[in-house]
Amino acid sequence: MKAWIAAHRQALLLVLKKLHMAPLANLIMIGVIGVTLSLPAGLYLVIDNLRTVAGTVGTEPQVTLFLALDSTGTDIKDIEQRLAMHPAVRDFQFLGREAAWRALKEKNGLNDTLADLEKNPLPDAFVIHAKSTDPVAIEALQQEFSGWPHVEHAQMDAAWVKRLYAVLQLGNKAVLILTGLLGFALFAIIGNTIRLQILTQREEIEVSKLIGATDRFIRRPFLYAGTLHGLLGGGVAWLILLAALYIFNLSVSDLARLYASDFELQPLGLDASLALVCGSAALGWLGSWWAVSRYLSRLEQS
Amino acid sequence: MITFDQVTKRYPGGHEALRGISFEIGKGELVFITGHSGAGKSTLLKLAAAIERPTSGTILVNGQNVGKMRRTGLPYVRRNFGLIFQDHKLLYDRSAFDNVALPLAIGGITGREAGKRIRAALDKVGLLHRERAMPISLSGGEQQRLAIARAIVSRPAILLADEPTGNLDANYATDIMALFRSFNEVGVTVLVATHDASSTDAGRLLHLDHGAIAA
Repeated sequence: MKAWIAAHRQALLLVLKKLHMAPLANLIMIGVIGVTLSLPAGLYLVIDNLRTVAGTVGTEPQVTLFLALDSTGTDIKDIEQRLAMHPAVRDFQFLGREAAWRALKEKNGLNDTLADLEKNPLPDAFVIHAKSTDPVAIEALQQEFSGWPHVEHAQMDAAWVKRLYAVLQLGNKAVLILTGLLGFALFAIIGNTIRLQILTQREEIEVSKLIGATDRFIRRPFLYAGTLHGLLGGGVAWLILLAALYIFNLSVSDLARLYASDFELQPLGLDASLALVCGSAALGWLGSWWAVSRYLSRLEQS
Repeated sequence: MITFDQVTKRYPGGHEALRGISFEIGKGELVFITGHSGAGKSTLLKLAAAIERPTSGTILVNGQNVGKMRRTGLPYVRRNFGLIFQDHKLLYDRSAFDNVALPLAIGGITGREAGKRIRAALDKVGLLHRERAMPISLSGGEQQRLAIARAIVSRPAILLADEPTGNLDANYATDIMALFRSFNEVGVTVLVATHDASSTDAGRLLHLDHGAIAA
């Protein structure tokens, strides 16, 4: 165990010494890895933020009934009864036109525009949640409601949220594909860097093998180098995202203020950050493993 | 300590470097392997050190059949040997001290203990005052002695040297041979391959001729 720790310490020190000896080349390398990784991570960030926005809107499909403006109190009672008895309705809520008008005035900074209107243009409305969330069933329900007396219009509110979700789903797939492709690129980049390092140390490896070095001994410093490159590259990607986010948020908060909202883009969560850095380190490890193994098996054949 | 039994080595292309040779070398022996160039001296050493595998026949080192050994076991067999190559195989990107440090690092010995051993080995070959020198700045004889220091630093039981005096003038050659003899006197088994039969006194001779042992 002690020997094992000493061996790893020795390999790590060797790698750090090599990093120190060629700082510029290594920095550029780490920068390239960072930029490569920041692309899929950035896309993920954007989609994640969109999802957060969509989440605050509410995702449950609902049907809104707008009553004719001339509906009376008994008409409303009538519809209320029908809804209460309807087997497909889970719950519903009545929105009186006066209350809705007040709420609208208080919200969203539209006050200036609304002040110009002299009378309340809003109808009475019912917001209905169906028992089923199946879009087809809800659409049938919507059809049925629009045939009722005094119902001016029945609207499915969830349609655009669903569309947004579909787009986000697409975005998720794009992130996956991009991660796959750039992950492979990263593997190749790091593998190739390590391969070049191996070539400069060909003699050392050859002599080491002749005098009894195990493959593991030869591989160890290269694995450390590759993993370290990946780790630092992942860190750089994270910093790039943080910087981009900061710059974006300067504008986003301006924009959000115009809509009287305090929305701003959120940075990567802890688990996503860890996934980014650890995934990058893992790719570095894999890339260098592949490079060294390929070299060693060639050495064996010659 | 080392036993060859009917060992044949055929290289790809059909060249037969060794043809069914058998011999035995006991612990603490000093053996000179002589023969013309191409007689199979280097091949014999490479087979003994498990760098190459025999085409047929059995090679035992310390009772282990190295020809049949699994790949992962070979490094540990090789650590029984101190190897001195015809072309030194020194690493020119590091100091004399660091060159000698390599076998210890492979064996997992570092730090102060390693430093002590490295200086002892350098002292033994008379290069202690050059520990910081780069190999390129050393003379041919000094480079060869540095290679010897590297071979003995991990205190191997067997020393294998392939033409250690090949490129040296007579004075250096005598020095080097004296060095081998001194290792042999403290119990190390020494095998030296040489085409130069003049400096092989006081040792057993193994003469190779076209891949076979000539009496």
